[in-house]
Amino acid sequence: MTLAQDTAPTARTAWTEVCPLARLRPEEGVAALLPGGVQVAVFRTHDGQVYALDNLDPFSRANILSRGIVGDLRGVPVVASPMHKQHFDLRTGACLEDDAVVVATFPVRVEGGTISVGRP
Amino acid sequence: MSRTLVVVGNGMVGHRLVQALRDRDTAGGWRVVQFAEEARPAYDRVALTSYVDGWDPLRLRLDGAEFDSDDAVELVLGDPVATVDRAARTVTTASGRVQAYDALALATGSAPFVPPVPGRDLPGCHVYRTIDDLDAIKASAARARAGVGRGAALVIGGGLLGLEAAKALRDMGLSPHVVELAPRLMPLQVDEGGGALLKRLIEDLDVTVHAGTSTAAIEGDRGRLLAKLGNGTELDVDLVVFSAGIRPRDQLARDCGLPVGERGGVLVDEGCRTEDPDVYAIGECANIEGRVYGLVAPGYAMAEIVADRLLGGRATFPGADMSTKLKLLGVDVASFGDAHAATEGSLEVVVNDAVKGTYKKLVVSDDAKTLLGGVLVGDAADYATLRPMVGRALPGDPGALLAPAGGGGGVGVDALPDEAQVCSCNAVTKGDVRTAVHEQGCADIPAVKACTRAGTSCGSCVPMLKQLLTSFGVEQSKALCEHFSQSRAELFEIVRVTGATTFSELVERHGTGRGCDICKPAVASILASLGNGHILAGEQGVLQDTNDKFLANIQRNGTYSVVPRIPGGEITPEKLIVIGQVARDFGLYTKITGGQRIDLFGATVDQLPVIWKRLVDAGFESGHAYGKSLRTVKSCVGSTWCRYGVQDSVGLAVELELRYRGLRSPHKLKSGVSGCARECAEARGKDFGVIATDNGWNLYVGGNGGTMPRHADLLVSEVDKETLLKVIDRFLVFYIRTADRLQRTSAWLDAMEGGLDHLRDVVVHDSLGLCAELEAQMAAHVDGYADEWAAVLQDPEKLSRFTSFVNAPGSPDPAVSFREERGQRVPVLLGTPEVASR
Ligand code: SRM
Ligand SMILES: Cc1cc2nc3c(=O)[nH]c(=O)nc-3n(C[C@H](O)[C@H](O)[C@H](O)COP(=O)(O)OP(=O)(O)OC[C@H]3O[C@@H](n4cnc5c(N)ncnc54)[C@H](O)[C@@H]3O)c2cc1C
Ligand code: SF4
Ligand code: FES
Repeated sequence: MTLAQDTAPTARTAWTEVCPLARLRPEEGVAALLPGGVQVAVFRTHDGQVYALDNLDPFSRANILSRGIVGDLRGVPVVASPMHKQHFDLRTGACLEDDAVVVATFPVRVEGGTISVGRP
Repeated sequence: MSRTLVVVGNGMVGHRLVQALRDRDTAGGWRVVQFAEEARPAYDRVALTSYVDGWDPLRLRLDGAEFDSDDAVELVLGDPVATVDRAARTVTTASGRVQAYDALALATGSAPFVPPVPGRDLPGCHVYRTIDDLDAIKASAARARAGVGRGAALVIGGGLLGLEAAKALRDMGLSPHVVELAPRLMPLQVDEGGGALLKRLIEDLDVTVHAGTSTAAIEGDRGRLLAKLGNGTELDVDLVVFSAGIRPRDQLARDCGLPVGERGGVLVDEGCRTEDPDVYAIGECANIEGRVYGLVAPGYAMAEIVADRLLGGRATFPGADMSTKLKLLGVDVASFGDAHAATEGSLEVVVNDAVKGTYKKLVVSDDAKTLLGGVLVGDAADYATLRPMVGRALPGDPGALLAPAGGGGGVGVDALPDEAQVCSCNAVTKGDVRTAVHEQGCADIPAVKACTRAGTSCGSCVPMLKQLLTSFGVEQSKALCEHFSQSRAELFEIVRVTGATTFSELVERHGTGRGCDICKPAVASILASLGNGHILAGEQGVLQDTNDKFLANIQRNGTYSVVPRIPGGEITPEKLIVIGQVARDFGLYTKITGGQRIDLFGATVDQLPVIWKRLVDAGFESGHAYGKSLRTVKSCVGSTWCRYGVQDSVGLAVELELRYRGLRSPHKLKSGVSGCARECAEARGKDFGVIATDNGWNLYVGGNGGTMPRHADLLVSEVDKETLLKVIDRFLVFYIRTADRLQRTSAWLDAMEGGLDHLRDVVVHDSLGLCAELEAQMAAHVDGYADEWAAVLQDPEKLSRFTSFVNAPGSPDPAVSFREERGQRVPVLLGTPEVASR
């Protein structure tokens, strides 16, 4: 399995196990709780890539991005906020509708069939 | 130094003059001061009647109506010009402001003519010209409705405006009467045959017509009015609207010695100039070449001429097209060219279909080769192609043009020459549209509107513009989204015919990419409409929007609401107690909804299955508040209890709700059943609404509350229950098959070619031979229905999705918190500082 490329882990990354890869259907998201109450949204795309973004929707300020629909827009893998449908690039966290808005991304790894998310 | 143009009047034409001048005066040669008598900036008077629909004056406002950001324009509202001093070249306003001008344009419009009927000044007597007039009528109507029974109103004058007024009054809930002096309605536009049909169609719509008589007197009668007609009829009414013609407002011109026409109107030459070279008159106050025009298009033409002249041009008045096409109370009426066959030797070809309720007449030259004019009543679909043919050689036999075949009757837009005017309001020709498409790159209707102004006034030419775009080879996208070039209706057919059962299969074969939040839920809905098991089964689960995915409605803090079905709004005390207990035990905010049921707010995803277990055990099932599917069938209490009820409306509402529950559709579906014509269930505001009569049920379709309210149209009347269910089954499946994504039945019906008649043909008369199939599809739905929530509770795999955190099941979202308001829990919003009171 592959890693999300854009968020290269550093030596000091602390990893938290999220769930077995099989728990996530293609083009689905789940939320996971990291130590300290940080919430991440973890997505699996149709090609087997796994991505992690901050779960907080910056527009509605609700922790819901994991519940958005995953797909692509002009080739960019995206999740649509379930609240008001803004789209976020799964690779970079950039909002497609508003240049000024970016949500944080997290390093992800899949080892032994288990997804883990890192805290840089 | 720029010169000063003073414009008197900020109506439609005065506004157009300023717009046209500002568009063209790139050198800044003119500064404009515009005085308005009305207190609000220019609005669309042609659309005045639609004001009743929402009472929102801003919706009528014309583009750029304030010239807010334009330093060269000063608009003075609510300060009419009182006098003109031509020698000093100044005007003085009612408030005493003196303004000098280099050029003066009078655009004062006209005033309603009120015939000298005794009693015309009584309270409750109105005219129909401005937004303020409508507000005053509304106030009278409200007073009327506060009385007992249904209010009534009298409209004096059965012309175009009188019928518009009747419509407005009917929409306000009054029952209108119309008195017309001439023997038929709309005597100016329509001939005798058309008038007779018009009267019949309009009377079907609850408007009483008294033609060929006058109003002799109006008397006050204990807070109401008594109107005595010339033929002896006495009418008890709550208000009267005078709509007996208009008179040009030419007093300013008279007072400063400018000549006016014999029957009024400031005399101007073909350049719209009065006798005084610095003074122009335009719009309804002007008398040009001996005529005063009561339509906006000639006024706009005059405004353009003056703008041109002020900048040194030589434009002249081209004459005006007096054609009209209207939908009066839903009845199509059109008249164009020489509608009364006044041309010498002209011949008339008439097709009068009493059964269908259509009347069509063409006036042609003595050799039957040239079209001169015509009248269409009941169905004016051919107007758009016939009107531009006036004065031109007919492409075929005139009789064939009127034949019903193919809607267009034989003339297509391709047959039109480039000089043919396609938008008469804005004098736009087919050639202008061609240029806009081919040279200015306009690729859709909004672009053509912006570029040519076609379609921006009365809007009746928009269907024609669409046909023109198609004929110029512009493909108007009906693509669902970037992943599917097909429309929703086309995708529906593809899924139905190929039997596809997954999104992946569909996007691979018929689309591109991986899909998005538009096409995925749309396809999920199509799959569900065609019965593909539980909406969360297999891949369908990841296609759903969050509401369908969690079978609950997301709220602003990320929690969800729970709405159990309460069919027809009928509920036992035991069930009410269960809802109360569940709400109390989970701390849910509780509210009675507008759909006659109870909404429980503030549940986390982890709580949803636990809450639903309690509800399902008590006999509740999903209310589908989250789905694009049947919401509620509202009911009134009906004949069981109500002293007016004529049928069991609750019983029918429960039956309808159970029949159509869970039916996935392009948008949500709502229904209502009222036990009598008092309509307490507001059935006519619903996608399908039923009203009981002494002899059966009336079915109304295409109603909508919400953003663009629309009253439902009567589809069938006085049918028995079996027929009723059959027609609703067909109606719903036909809608599900052919509507666009998120298109309510109201918008679907409005966009349908042939409208209500076509719908009736398909679902009542089976003109497409589809009915058996439509019924079978509904039968499959009814047989296949199972409660979605009960199914989730029995399936551990589905249940496992209801966790806030996949790695910490059971822990709630730590960021969600509540506070108390009026004794219940409400969300504390993140990042929004709490304010004590608003
Ligand atoms: C709860 C309720 C308000 C209330 O407290 O009374 C409500 C709440 C919502 N309405 Fe409504 N509507 C509610 C009755 C209505 C009604 C009245 C009725 O049904 O008799 C209307 C006008 C009638 C109509 O639809 O024609 C109504 C017209 C709308 C519209 C505008 C629809 C339109 O065609 O313009 C929307 C927006 C949409 O659907 O796109 C909307 C959308 C919504 C949403 C779904 C907004 C959203 O996306 O979150 C709200 C969901 C809240 C929730 O979690 O349940 N709601 N909404 C009512 C639920 C009724 C029920 O029992 O199911
Ligand atoms: C209900 C209704 C439906 C209609 N439907 C159609 C239709 O379908 N098709 C069509 O072509 N036409 C229709 N018309 C007619 C159309 O609205 C008019 O032709 C058009 O508004 C004329 O524009 P105007 O600027 O000349 O006059 P108006 O729009 O009447 O504007 C004149 C303005 O000047 C103001 N004014 C008057 N005197 C003074 C003064 N001394 N100082 C300052 N301001 C002054 C008035 O208050 C008014 O605001 C309809 C009209 C009505 C009322
Ligand atoms: S009216 Fe608006 S705010 Fe109120 S419930 Fe409906 S959608 Fe929500
Ligand atoms: S004909 Fe009225 S807007 Fe075009």
